Amino acid sequence: MIIRFFHQMGSPRYFYNVAGKLIPWFMVSFLITLVWGLYNGLFIAPTDYQQGESYRIMYIHVPAAWMSMFIYVVMAVSGLISLVWRIKMTEIIVISSAAVGASFTFLALATGSLWGKPMWGTWWVWDARLTSELLLLFLYLGIIALHSAIEDKRVAARAVSILALVGVVNIPIIHYSVEWWNTLHQPASVTKFDKPSMDMSMLIPLLTMAISFKLYYGAVVLMRARAEIVERERNSRWVQEMVEQEAV
Amino acid sequence: MSTLSLSSAFSLLLKRDLVLAYRRRAELANPMLFFILVTAMFPLGIGNDPKLIEAVGPGVIWVAALLAALLSLDSMFRSDYDDGSLEQFMLSAHPVSILVLAKILAHWLVTGLPLFIIAPLLAVLLHIPSSAVPTLMLTLLLGTPVLSLIGSVGVALTVGLRRGGMILSLLVLPLYVPVLIFATDAVKTAIVGIPTTAQLSILSAMLVGSLVLAPMATAASLRISLS
Amino acid sequence: MTASSTSSPITYEARSLLCIRDDRVLFEDLSFSINPGQALVLEGRNGSGKTSLLRILCGIRLPESGALLWEGKDIFRLGPEFHEHIAYLGHKDGSKLDLTPLENLRIARGLGKAQAGIDLDDALDQVGLYGFEDIPTRNLSAGQQRRLAIARLLVTDAKLWILDEPFTSLDRKGIEHMERLFEAHLHRGGMAAMTTHHRIGFKDEIQLIRVNLSDR
Repeated sequence: MIIRFFHQMGSPRYFYNVAGKLIPWFMVSFLITLVWGLYNGLFIAPTDYQQGESYRIMYIHVPAAWMSMFIYVVMAVSGLISLVWRIKMTEIIVISSAAVGASFTFLALATGSLWGKPMWGTWWVWDARLTSELLLLFLYLGIIALHSAIEDKRVAARAVSILALVGVVNIPIIHYSVEWWNTLHQPASVTKFDKPSMDMSMLIPLLTMAISFKLYYGAVVLMRARAEIVERERNSRWVQEMVEQEAV
Repeated sequence: MSTLSLSSAFSLLLKRDLVLAYRRRAELANPMLFFILVTAMFPLGIGNDPKLIEAVGPGVIWVAALLAALLSLDSMFRSDYDDGSLEQFMLSAHPVSILVLAKILAHWLVTGLPLFIIAPLLAVLLHIPSSAVPTLMLTLLLGTPVLSLIGSVGVALTVGLRRGGMILSLLVLPLYVPVLIFATDAVKTAIVGIPTTAQLSILSAMLVGSLVLAPMATAASLRISLS
Repeated sequence: MTASSTSSPITYEARSLLCIRDDRVLFEDLSFSINPGQALVLEGRNGSGKTSLLRILCGIRLPESGALLWEGKDIFRLGPEFHEHIAYLGHKDGSKLDLTPLENLRIARGLGKAQAGIDLDDALDQVGLYGFEDIPTRNLSAGQQRRLAIARLLVTDAKLWILDEPFTSLDRKGIEHMERLFEAHLHRGGMAAMTTHHRIGFKDEIQLIRVNLSDR
């Protein structure tokens, strides 16, 4: 049943059409959640008694950091599926996700560094979370570099899938080692949002932003996948028919 | 008609790579020389204050080991790829991951083990107290095979590329971070005189884990690179 | 070596193979089967996909679609169990130049599972490398290095020989000599799949399956 679903979704033409119908829905719901989440996060949520207004960058930083991990896991799972069942569509998802994941990682790093300036008085601190995030960015860049270096795109997709799997096995180890390293070198750095209970008025906008970012990822990955499909299948009959129809 | 067993294929391949390394023995000293050279650059870069050198010593030795391992990785599959031997391995009647393991072991014996042997000399250069030298050597003994194992996946993915070198370091160095952290931490802890069982156990666990997983990933990557 | 009297005939079957390279269809819906004693001979222009097809037959390269069946079983599922039945001679010789011919053959034999009832010196003798077994392969001529690569075929018990331009750098006498070796393999019930620019001079009773990739 599940396998059948994958095989149906695995047909590029089918995927192309379904994705085309889904994208507007993703986009609209992304915009709604984004506006609501940002408005509530930036204007309605109470000011933090310790950090003042500067904590509000959390509404971008934290969901972006979550996304950076989430997308990597999505890539690894799609990579596994494409290696085991040789399904084209999951290959395309791996590749389409890499750049989005790298962007979110970069966003998390940039906002973390902006947050760090008022907090620590410096743009960069070798804090465990930021360091892990930096290493994650390297993993993403490695995937993108490997993909662009291999000419045959199907080979590239399979190579990248393996790399994503190797990475996903290593991420917990890297994260754990960085935590270990960090507690040794600078104990008791300011824990930013690990408070056991966050006020609901802060939490709900945060979760909304997380959902909003996921919707954005969904929309972008589908768009990129559609572009990738057309490029890969440009010699196939259905793509050429489609292009002719659009031209008329 | 006799049947050749897997273990004899393993040892045959191990011996082959060692013989090949021996026939080019002029190159054997290169990783070791590089290791010493990089280590010697650090005091020149940061000044000759003994306290400062002692403080950065473990980190410097391990970063140099990382770079030496990275630099030697390319030779793991390069010549076999160029002369077609790698295709023949892929078509072997034995599981490729076991053959790959033999090659990694040979590669480590030729490029990783010398780092371990030369370590006491570097410890002297960087003022690491002699009480911590056994720990330093132990971390190299446990850690450098992990570098070879993880590195083999990266090399396998990039062996078919003309400009694989830069990408290889991008792929491999982030994965080396845990080894670097736990190994240097073990040495630093040993310098202070605190037991280092925790770090060494973690390094051993990483060795076992990569021993199991890396050959499979490398075999799969080689298959992709050759297709 | 009693392959000639096998009870169940071993066949290698390709079913509607599709191969695409750089957005170009090299061949599609290509089917054939090779039986014991038969040789598949691929013809076609440069770039028509001969080497790609041979690599697909080895299982090194994946076809875009289609199936390859050894005795009715998918070769990608069989993996090493399939590889023990084949020997591949590619563009590259696959020999180590720093090793001697004898050492190279020993490794080739070790990579296979069942070894032929022929010892390594005999194999070298058969390809005309007797007396060269102990000098580095680097010092052999290109033709001699190609002969060494062909000797590799003899030392395992492979049924199917996959040969990509096996006669490269051989002189005329060498080519005739190697043709006799290939014939002998086919007579023993072996199979072959090959490409060559040279007109093959096999004796009449050898069944050749000719496939021209340019016509497709």
